[in-house]
This record gives sequence, C-alpha cells and structure tokens, in this order.
Amino acid sequence: MNTEILGIIAMFGITFLLAIPLGKYIAKVYGGEKTFLDPIFIPLEKLFYKISGINPSKEMTWKQHLVALLSINLLWFLMSMAILMNMSWLPLNPDGNPSQSADLAFNTTISFLVNCNLQHYSGETGISYLGQMWLMFLQFVTAGIGMAAAAVVFKAFREKTTTQLGNFYNYFVKSCTRILLPISLIVAAVLVFEGTPMTFNGKDTITNLQGDTVQVSTGPVAAFVPIKHVGTNGGGFFGANGAHPLENPTYLTNMVEMIAQFIIPMAMVFAFGFFIRKRKFGWMIFGVMTIGFWLLAAPNIVMEMNGNPAIANMGIDISQGATEGKEVRIGAAASGFWSIVTTVISTGSINSMHDSSMPLSGMNELIAMMVNAFYGGVGAGILNIFIFIILAVFISGLMVGRTPEFMGKKIEAREMKIAMIIALAHPFLILGGTAIAAAFPSVGSVAISNPGHHGFSQMLYEYTSSAANNGSGFEGLGDNTLFWNISTGIVLLLGRFLPIIGPVAIAGLLAEKKFIPESAGTLKTDTSTFGIMIFAVIAIIAALSFFPALALGPIAEYFSLK
Amino acid sequence: MKKEILPAIKLTAVLVVLLMVVYPMIVWGMAQFAPNNGKGKVIENNGKKYYSNVGQIFNDDKYFWSRPSAVDYNAAGSGGSNKGASNEEYLATVQARIDSFLVHNPEVKKSEIPVDIVTASGSGLDPHISVQAANVQVKRIAKIRGIEESQIKQLILDNTEKPVLGLFGPERINVLKINLALDNFNKL
Repeated sequence: MNTEILGIIAMFGITFLLAIPLGKYIAKVYGGEKTFLDPIFIPLEKLFYKISGINPSKEMTWKQHLVALLSINLLWFLMSMAILMNMSWLPLNPDGNPSQSADLAFNTTISFLVNCNLQHYSGETGISYLGQMWLMFLQFVTAGIGMAAAAVVFKAFREKTTTQLGNFYNYFVKSCTRILLPISLIVAAVLVFEGTPMTFNGKDTITNLQGDTVQVSTGPVAAFVPIKHVGTNGGGFFGANGAHPLENPTYLTNMVEMIAQFIIPMAMVFAFGFFIRKRKFGWMIFGVMTIGFWLLAAPNIVMEMNGNPAIANMGIDISQGATEGKEVRIGAAASGFWSIVTTVISTGSINSMHDSSMPLSGMNELIAMMVNAFYGGVGAGILNIFIFIILAVFISGLMVGRTPEFMGKKIEAREMKIAMIIALAHPFLILGGTAIAAAFPSVGSVAISNPGHHGFSQMLYEYTSSAANNGSGFEGLGDNTLFWNISTGIVLLLGRFLPIIGPVAIAGLLAEKKFIPESAGTLKTDTSTFGIMIFAVIAIIAALSFFPALALGPIAEYFSLK
Repeated sequence: MKKEILPAIKLTAVLVVLLMVVYPMIVWGMAQFAPNNGKGKVIENNGKKYYSNVGQIFNDDKYFWSRPSAVDYNAAGSGGSNKGASNEEYLATVQARIDSFLVHNPEVKKSEIPVDIVTASGSGLDPHISVQAANVQVKRIAKIRGIEESQIKQLILDNTEKPVLGLFGPERINVLKINLALDNFNKL
C-alpha cells in the first residue's frame, strides 16, 4: 500500500492506542488516586502550594472556580502586555527584534491567553526569545486552564448531589505538572535528535552553495514546539509554523507532533468515561467524534492527493497532489490529514498552507472549526460537546414526551438558556465579524490577498479560527492592522471564555440538583441512538448557521475552478 | 476576586520558574547530546558549513534545481505563497515556471514534469524535491557537466531518502546533499 496512506493509518492508530491508557491516567490524576509519577510530583506540588499559600484540598463551588480562573487569566494578560511591548530592550533578544505595538501586543496576548495562538506577527522578526519563552509559558498554563475547567465538569457528574466541585488550583497545577510537562519532555527528546534546534544564539550567517549569503534563524525551538502541540496551542516559533524545516524536520517528527497534538483531546474523552464511571458513555461520545472527524478528514486526504485540476490542465504530472504550500518530506496525504486534525482539535498549527488547500478542503477545515467539538482542544473539546449533549437531551426529551434528564439530573429552563446562548454565540461571532469586515472594505476586506470567492474565504477563516480559538489562518490575509488586531482580539476573548463559563455553570447548576435514580422512563444517553441524535444536533446547527457563508466562499470557488 | 489575586501571583511565579526556566533547561541539556549540540543539523564540506534541513536556492543549470520559494529561500523569514487554487495570477505564474523549465530542459516532455518543481512550498525553505523532479533534470546536468547520465542516475539512487522504517511517508531527495555530491564528483 501507498506509504503516505500507511503513515496516516499509523498516526491515527498509535494515537488511539495511547489515548486509552492516557485517559485512565488522567482520570486517576483528577480523582487524586495513586499514579506512578507521584514520587516526583507530590513533593514538588506541596512546595508550590506552600509558597503560594494555597490549600489544594479546599473545595470550591462552580462560581468560586470561575472567579479563580478569571483572576489568574487577568494577571497573565497584564504580564503579557508588559513583556511584549518591551521586548526590544529586555534580555534574550540576540536578533534585535522590536517590541510589539499596543494593538499587536493586545492581539498576541489575547490569542495566546485563550489557547488560540492566532499570530499577526512572524516568529523570525516580530518577537524576541524572551517573548517566545513567555508565550511558551502561556501555552502550558492556558492548556492547564482548559483541562481544569473540564475537570470541574467531570467532577459535577461523578457526585450525586453536591455544590463542592474540587479545588481549581489543584486541577490546574496537576494538569500542567503531571500531564502536559511529561508528554512535552518526551516529544522534545525526539525533536532535538531529529534536528530541531535548541539554542539561545541568534541568527547564523552562512554562504550557500551558489555563493549567496543567507541568514538562518534558529532559537530555543525544541522546547517551544512540543507544548505548542501537546497543549493544542499551535502558535509557531517561525512564521511558517509546522511547515518550517527546523520546527518539523522529518516525517518522523511530523508523526510525533501529530500524535502529540491529537492524544490529549482523545484521551480526555476516555478520561471522562472513566472518571464518571460510565465507560460506555465515553465510548459513545468517542464514536460520534470519530465519525465526524473522518467525514471531514477522508475527503481532504483524497482532494489534496488528487491535486489542482487547473494545474492538471496545463499538462504536467500532478500525481503528487496539490503541492502548492506543501513540503515534499511530508507529502499531500499527511498534509491533508493534518489540516483536519489541527482544525477539529483547535491546535491551529499547520504543516501546509491552508490558504492554498483545494477549495472544498478549505471548506472542511472551516466546518471543523465551526463545529469545534470533534475531539476539540484540550479540555475545551469536552466543554463544547457537552453543550451539544445538553441540546440533544432536551430535544430528545421533547420528542418522546419525557422530562429531559442527563446523568440523573433534570435539565430545565435555566440550563437550556445558557446552552442556547453558547451554541448561538459561536456562529454569531464568526458571521458577525466577517460581515463587518466585508461591509467596511477600507479597513476589513482590504487585507485579502486573493481575488473573488477565495478572498471572502480568507476573512471567514480568520474569524472562524478566532472564535474557535484555533489559530490557523488563510495566512495571505494582511491582518496586522488596527482593525484586524482589535476585532479578532475581541472575538478570541468571547470565543474562549463564554464556552468555559457556560458549561461550568450548567454542570454546577445540575450538580446542585436532586439526583433522580434511573428508571424505565429515563432516556438512555449511552446508546448509539442517542449518539445519532447528538450528531444530528451538530449537523443541524452547523448547516443552518454556516451554509450560506460557505456557499459564498469555498463552494462558489469550487464551482469556478476549471 | 481580590482574595484570589495574591495566590495567583505567587503561583504564577513558581510556575514561571518550572515552565520557563527548568523545562527549557532540561531540553537544552538533552540537546547537548544531539547532533551539533542542538544548533541544527549541519553538513561540513570543503571547510564550509551548511544546514542540511534548511533549503537553499538552486537555480543554476549545473545543479539540481530546488523548488520555487515564495520568500526566495530567506531562512530568516519563512513563508508560503498563500495563493488560492483558483487565483488566475497564481496559475499564470505556474504556467510561466513550466515554460521556463521546458526551455532549460528541452528533452523533457511536459507530461513528465512533476508538480512539486513548479509550485512553492509552505515554508519557502523546503530542502527536498521529489525523486521524479530529480530524474527530469538528469539530461540537462549531464550535458553541462559532461558526465554520463547513468552516473547521475546512480547519484539519485544513492541520495534517495526512504520512508520512515520503509513504511511511512514519501520518498524524497535532499537537494543540497545531491548537489554537494555532484560537485564532489566533478567540480565545475
């Protein structure tokens, strides 16, 4: 069989096989059970809590969780603005790169704070090593925040009736130390030996074989790239992100980085099943996500391998596929596969330029972010699918004429209102943002770099990526302007914190309710029928809200491509 | 919120030490055991140093050409063309590259030109070309260098990088390595 296809099967298969034991491990970490890394981390965490004056066993209500979460984020926001706006004279700046302007620093700060990593600067010229290291810190802790929020939801469904949902700092610190850090170290070990640089020296100057002088940017790349993937952050050290031959030097590193970004989103689903002691429910969600994922990924692999018909008409050999914006060592198949993994799980790192994907591949990348719940980002994925589950429970309840119940708790008006607001906020942010950019061409659509339908897709992609906290882009868009920095910054903020606040609030409200034991009249939520129901809800919401915009962009481009 | 700020500041401080100082130092320590102490893989040839993973511009007829680059192989500013598949201006550029390729390689049939040699990579620094992209350049290089085609074909075979474990990923040719091999074979 074709080695490119085999590579994809291997990447998916290895991720799946590792995700189950990792899911068990994550469930144990949040449950406070014994794990094999205890001897290292228990003393370390004790020290951390002692210095910070935190009592990790003090239980919190859902509101206290959210206050703690938002407070620490506010602190990071202020620190980040200070660092990014003063990089030029701070240490660790061997290339002499400038500080960021206020609006660019605002965009970069928000973008990394919300685990999105949309980048309106280029890594080689727009940031110092200190800035890179700070962003790397944010990549760790913001992934930890997402996972801590998911752990609160986990906890709410494990207990029968409670207001006490564990300690925020406990979940957060453990996510960083026991899950993100060890996996990042393993990935880093592979990268340094495959040729990813880890140095604090600045640019190197060499003379190439044809005699020209070239400057080569390097840096502490091998520390940055692992957490960028493990935490589904996706921000590149270099402008070209995962397509850059120093970030992703070989097919082996491509496989490792792929597994690194894919594994926690998948493992969190199993962790949920293990944690609430309903494995079958975990498998049902996994099934829904996996089917949704392959419905998007398989066509992309095929379309990218088939190549651009407009180039085929020129009479050359396009058996390698759509090679524009792709690297030879990675190939069209693995690029197509990556383009969907990175968009469903909100990493947003790229190993090929999405702007140059085939039109309908671009559409699938957009749909992946519009749904944003097939696996989803670390922590955030569980929170997003949770909203769809609540909607599916409610709709199924109405259809069969029973009170909607989920995990023994009645779903009532208050929870439904929150769920609807969250479900509708996502299309509102995307379509509203794109509409404003299109309506004011002097500040908005002036940034596009391709004419016609594809230009519209560039704007739609930028807001979709922002609202989904993804961070990839149709990078031809000239987006380092006041309008784009501020508008996407706002969309990023709302796109992150609403989907955290909403599900945590719903879970907290449900946890306080009286537990109703299962009876013959209870709607079973761990069956394939219910899985189909969730899928239908996702399809209807995505199709109804986004189809018109998709028709104007990628679909129209597809039909115009001869 | 006030009550939470002080612990947040202290916790951030200790996490900065762990994640911004200790973690990168561990990775840096591992890198000291890696090729070239983690400063990127390099090839030394005739006293000159090249980064084997960072693509270079090759447009001279005596060398295997590298792929077109949207950033002219500027290794301090990577990037792709970001041109959409339907962009007319972009398609005209590709057509011009095909025409230029045929002018420099008159013996090659148009249908043999592989797409990677006329399209730009994502990073603009792609160090590789496909095996077919090397094969279609054999006749030109043989003529200019005055060596047998079979000898160049042998160089291609020797420089073909195989899939991982022979199973995963595409075959490819590192353009810098094969051009160094060409130069070491007969210096022009």
